Amino acid sequence: MDRVFYWYMLHYAMISVQNISKKYDEKEVLKGITLEIPKSKTVSLIGPSGCGKSTLLRIIMGLIPRDSGTVLIDGKELKDSNKLELRRRMGYVVQKGGLFPHLTAKENISLVTHYLEWEKAKINSRIEELLRLVRIDPVLLSKKPGNISGGQAQRISLMRALMLDPDIILLDEPLGSIDPLVRHELQSDLKEIFKTLNKTVLLVTHDLGEAAYLGDEIVLMREGEVAQQGAIHQILQNPASEFVQKFVSAQRSPLEGIK
Amino acid sequence: MKKIISTAIFSLFFLIDVKGQEPIKIGSKLFTESVILGEVSSQLLEANGINTEYYKQLGGTRILWNALLEAEIDVYPEYTGTIIQEILQEEGIRTIETLNEMLKPFGVQATQPLGFNNTYALGMNSEVAEGLGLDSISDLVNHPELVFGFSNEFIDRNDGWKRLRQMYNLTPNSVTGLDHDLAYRGLEAQIIDVIDLYSTDAEIDYYGLKVLKDDLNFFPEYNAVFLYRTDLFERSPKVIPILKSLEGLISEAEMVAMNAAVKLDGNSDAIVAAEFLNKSFNVSSEVIEETIWDRLLKNTWGHLYLVGISLGLAIIIAIPLGIAASKLQKIESMIIGFVGILQTIPSLALLVFMIPLLGIGSVPAMAALFLYSLLPIVRNTHAGIKNIPEPMMESAYALGLPNSVILKKIELPIAFPTILAGIKTSAVINVGTATLGALIGAGGYGQPILTGIRLDSTALILEGAIPAAILALLVQGFFDLVEKRLTS
Ligand SMILES: Nc1ncnc2c1ncn2[C@@H]1O[C@H](COP(=O)(O)OP(=O)(O)OP(=O)(O)O)[C@@H](O)[C@H]1O
Ligand SMILES: [Mg+2]
Repeated sequence: MDRVFYWYMLHYAMISVQNISKKYDEKEVLKGITLEIPKSKTVSLIGPSGCGKSTLLRIIMGLIPRDSGTVLIDGKELKDSNKLELRRRMGYVVQKGGLFPHLTAKENISLVTHYLEWEKAKINSRIEELLRLVRIDPVLLSKKPGNISGGQAQRISLMRALMLDPDIILLDEPLGSIDPLVRHELQSDLKEIFKTLNKTVLLVTHDLGEAAYLGDEIVLMREGEVAQQGAIHQILQNPASEFVQKFVSAQRSPLEGIK
Repeated sequence: MKKIISTAIFSLFFLIDVKGQEPIKIGSKLFTESVILGEVSSQLLEANGINTEYYKQLGGTRILWNALLEAEIDVYPEYTGTIIQEILQEEGIRTIETLNEMLKPFGVQATQPLGFNNTYALGMNSEVAEGLGLDSISDLVNHPELVFGFSNEFIDRNDGWKRLRQMYNLTPNSVTGLDHDLAYRGLEAQIIDVIDLYSTDAEIDYYGLKVLKDDLNFFPEYNAVFLYRTDLFERSPKVIPILKSLEGLISEAEMVAMNAAVKLDGNSDAIVAAEFLNKSFNVSSEVIEETIWDRLLKNTWGHLYLVGISLGLAIIIAIPLGIAASKLQKIESMIIGFVGILQTIPSLALLVFMIPLLGIGSVPAMAALFLYSLLPIVRNTHAGIKNIPEPMMESAYALGLPNSVILKKIELPIAFPTILAGIKTSAVINVGTATLGALIGAGGYGQPILTGIRLDSTALILEGAIPAAILALLVQGFFDLVEKRLTS
């Protein structure tokens, strides 16, 4: 009995995407994609530009309608009637420009809790907690996004996404427009944060190194379909197709520059 | 509580009472003679204990005739020729009795002529005319060497020069078209010899002109009369006999003198009318002369009233319309298109369209200004919301906030500077356009401008134009300040 429960806990799909199709005009962006993201795992979603990664994330959040298929969040089917409630159980971070320019960092972070009528003390202690977690200077809280650097803005965005202590975190290329030094630091911090929180994380990235570093598992997408899902060593050792083979070997090491 | 109720009931009775003796509303056209005649009738009625309200220099025939039909005014001075040709579009009506027969279906009647005929005439320098022994138009036949200078309108009109020359067999060597005011100067400088004029022009006296007799009765008669609504018989039966007491009382020379007293000597319409009534009826009416500051204060209030209410309403309506356009794709182009079309209607036309719907005065002017103010605010609200970057909106929805909260807390605040810019544009346009409101009796800075145009007085035009410009600048400055505050 214990063993079964343990197995179940390990493989329980927090996000389950079944047979999702999505067309833009005549273009089929998602072609009946099926995917499971296990509870408490960090999964990196990677693939060529335009293969439908962002579209998939938006459908999981219920931000855009799907043509067919089902999305289950923690076993509940995502519908129009419960999408607001389910969204509050998911944190969402976009590449850049996701902060509201007319609000200070603190107002950005606490907007949703104000709407939910949290008490001031509860809001403040939650912010304190998150400040330590994402490691940012409290001075930033009173600044508006226009006066905050890209890397810090992404930390603020993550704080905002974590405010309601969601079960799931979705990140769409969160480090995509951060310069390399800061990105390196943020990657370490993100890994640390994900480990501390032990939440279900789905992270889109362009960089195989980043995908492998942050993800327990990697999902490689190609033209609206899953090309391969598995741990990095599985993908490197047993590429499921020529495409996967090509994709993983298309990464260049700086050493190649030395003649 | 009791007190409030009794006050309310009291005011209700008061209102009803006021309605029982609604003032008699008098209108006049945009030129001095009409304004003086309106004053004469208004002051005479007042002297007889009848409460009147005078909407002076409202506009042209169309505006006044429509206002009369809509019972926005009860009385205004008009000319028989205009009634027959422009209003009824008839020919060959000879007597007031037949005219009144035709006016009956409109619920309108005319008084008998007031005593002068303001028709076209030909005029000459009196010395030249005497020297050549000219008395009537027929006498011109033997003098083709005389230079004719006519207003362009007179040359073009069917009942103008074309038919006049046929009837009188005139073959002058030289005929030029020129502006009416310039014609008088040309005559004085003896560059031209014969001009067309209105038989009661103030300048006839001033330049000592000879008016040539229309011995073949070519020109139609433009006898001045008062047009009034027949329902006055029931509503206020005293009014009509008083108006009729002016019949036959104002001679051509008298009207010329009154026009000159206003146009050339700079007296006020009200005082000239009062002097005439004093002389003719021995009634003395009290004319309060407004100082420039009184007028400025009154016009400023009038202008702010027009702009404030129309802009306020526009903001209340246009922002929700802009939001609807940005949210509901089905009606987006309909809304934007509709307010866009409103903007293309010339402002003067829009004002005239308002008369049958809302009458004259400040209400139709505000309605027109309101419609004009919609587009910039609707368009900017729509654009302000639509232009919010996609990642921002996506993040907003991802928070799991309902649409109404997103609109209130995120979209409107982000779009606010753009919306404010739209309101600023509307306000500045509104301040300028509101000056046209005076054409339909709405008051404001347009009032002195209209009077100034009528009396050819730059000082009066500036009395309206300068404060209007200053107000526009103040409005602009105010919004610039608010904008600066927001962005800092
Ligand atoms: N709103 C839209 N209307 C029309 N086509 C769209 C829309 N959004 C995305 N697409 C198209 O759908 C396809 C998938 O887009 P998506 O953004 O999901 O790709 P992606 O994998 O996230 O790419 P990238 O790595 O460049 O972010 C692309 O071809 C894109 O052009
Ligand atoms: Mg993308």
